[in-house]
Amino acid sequence: MKEAFKGRVWKLGDDIDTDIIIPTQFLALKTVEDMKKYAFNPLRPELAAQIQPGDIIVAGKNFGCGSSREQAPEILAALKISCIIAKSYARIFYRNAFNNGLLLLENSELYDCCSEGDHVSVHLESSQVLLGEKSFEVASIPTDLLQMVEAGGLVPFMRKRNGK
Amino acid sequence: MGYTLTEKIIMRNTKKSSVTPGELLNVNVDRVMVHDIFAPFVVEKFREMGFEKVWNPDKIVFVYDHLVPTSFIEDFRHHKIADAFAAEQHIKAVHRADGVCHQLMPELRYVVPGQVVFGTDSHTTTYGAIGSFSTGIGYTEMAAIFGTGQLWIKVPPTLKFTINGELPKGVYSKDIILRILGDIGADGGTYKALEFGGSTIKGLSISSRMTLSNMAVEAGAKVGVIEPDEKTFAFSGVEGSQFQDLKSDPDASYEKVFNYDASTFKPVVACPSNVDNISDVEALLGTKIDQGFIGSCTNGRFEDLEVAAKILKGRKIAPFTKLIVTPASRSIYAEAAKAGIIGILVEAGAIMNPPACGLCCGRSGGIVSDGERVIATNNRNFLGRMGSPKSEIFLASPATVAAAALEGKIVDPRKYL
Repeated sequence: MKEAFKGRVWKLGDDIDTDIIIPTQFLALKTVEDMKKYAFNPLRPELAAQIQPGDIIVAGKNFGCGSSREQAPEILAALKISCIIAKSYARIFYRNAFNNGLLLLENSELYDCCSEGDHVSVHLESSQVLLGEKSFEVASIPTDLLQMVEAGGLVPFMRKRNGK
Repeated sequence: MGYTLTEKIIMRNTKKSSVTPGELLNVNVDRVMVHDIFAPFVVEKFREMGFEKVWNPDKIVFVYDHLVPTSFIEDFRHHKIADAFAAEQHIKAVHRADGVCHQLMPELRYVVPGQVVFGTDSHTTTYGAIGSFSTGIGYTEMAAIFGTGQLWIKVPPTLKFTINGELPKGVYSKDIILRILGDIGADGGTYKALEFGGSTIKGLSISSRMTLSNMAVEAGAKVGVIEPDEKTFAFSGVEGSQFQDLKSDPDASYEKVFNYDASTFKPVVACPSNVDNISDVEALLGTKIDQGFIGSCTNGRFEDLEVAAKILKGRKIAPFTKLIVTPASRSIYAEAAKAGIIGILVEAGAIMNPPACGLCCGRSGGIVSDGERVIATNNRNFLGRMGSPKSEIFLASPATVAAAALEGKIVDPRKYL
């Protein structure tokens, strides 16, 4: 995991549910690559095409609420979002994200201070997010979870366990 | 210091003599459920992880319900992959058209009180109604369970909801859980256990209790548990004497306790597009609706169809209004047919869908278009959940939905009861 990185902000609101992240009608598409074009389709159908690798999603509270569909974090990982910084996350999404190598950070103030299109830089070693001169603290991520994200998620972790 | 019901179930599973909220521990999984939409992904991840044999084929249940009957040519792929995996791994419990997973798991006694159960679906919380610790996970973690039989959990703190007294006429467990969601919000229970108790809950049928536990996840909860009692033991076909530990201690420690007087509950509706956007039915009278939906793992059980039939008997639904009814399982469907309930619904103008998930998850059987407004008994009114993001979904009890279908607008169901 890169210890520091910078990215452009896409701003989403509170309670961004998994039906918004990827609606059920697209879940039977064969691959995550097919599905990722429909990220956030009900809310902002144009957004998926605009997201560039390294971009950062900044959101309000309860990001990822709703269903257990793991395609939600998977397509965000496939869009190469570098991390999400939300006020809070729903439980199943939180686990699914780390299991798929998607980094989630929590901060309750950044959302109200930044605008879409801003650039923020994330410094994992100091648990800080910088927006211009302003600094925001994020809860530090346990090392083993960070290592799992770095390894690409739970699959590589289990492969190692199975000696593959 | 005492323990909560949730802690007691975890202690029973792990054989630990004490647990504390926040503690991380591995649980031994008693049963898992995978439904058709995620089955291919579980199989793929299982293989990618380098596993060859599942830990115990008798503890795995496959339910085909999201893609039953198939709507697109590609849908069958999910069933084919799951069928082949089940044959290869000697998994015998495969339900190809028997109903919605969360109805079948308790109904067919794959889950009984005191167990720790995971499913690849958020509404796995439903089985908390019979005193199990059950919750939804993703397919990657499910693949890891398939290989190891274990999963790590964080012991959740508990929010206790005590409801005492008699519910007024026209008020059901759906109205209880919607009000609670309105009170604590869609993230009010994140990572927590919700526990429902009190004389009102004791008085509810197992079906009604399942509605509460089903929607616990709409507050972000990990589980939604109810202490098992004689009704539970009869439903699950188990000896109550073996489950006497499954009670919260009087001195158990709760993060917060909410006390409700049942007589203060009213018929309510969750308005678009959040489950916690609650309004009294009385404040929405006259709101035009295009489609009603009675069904799903929240409210597709016998008593739900029965109350709808009571309201619709000898009447016709409003012109240009559709009413779609989906029994939650084949056995509920058959029982309702035998009791004459299906006949009454069809005579009134209802469209019967097969027992499956279809419309609730916006996959088939009544997808809505731009500008349409739905009143439904399921658990989510998210943007675009049942089709177009330009449609609107209101959530309510089966009685409120049936009454709205009769008049083509939201009305007070109590006038028909």
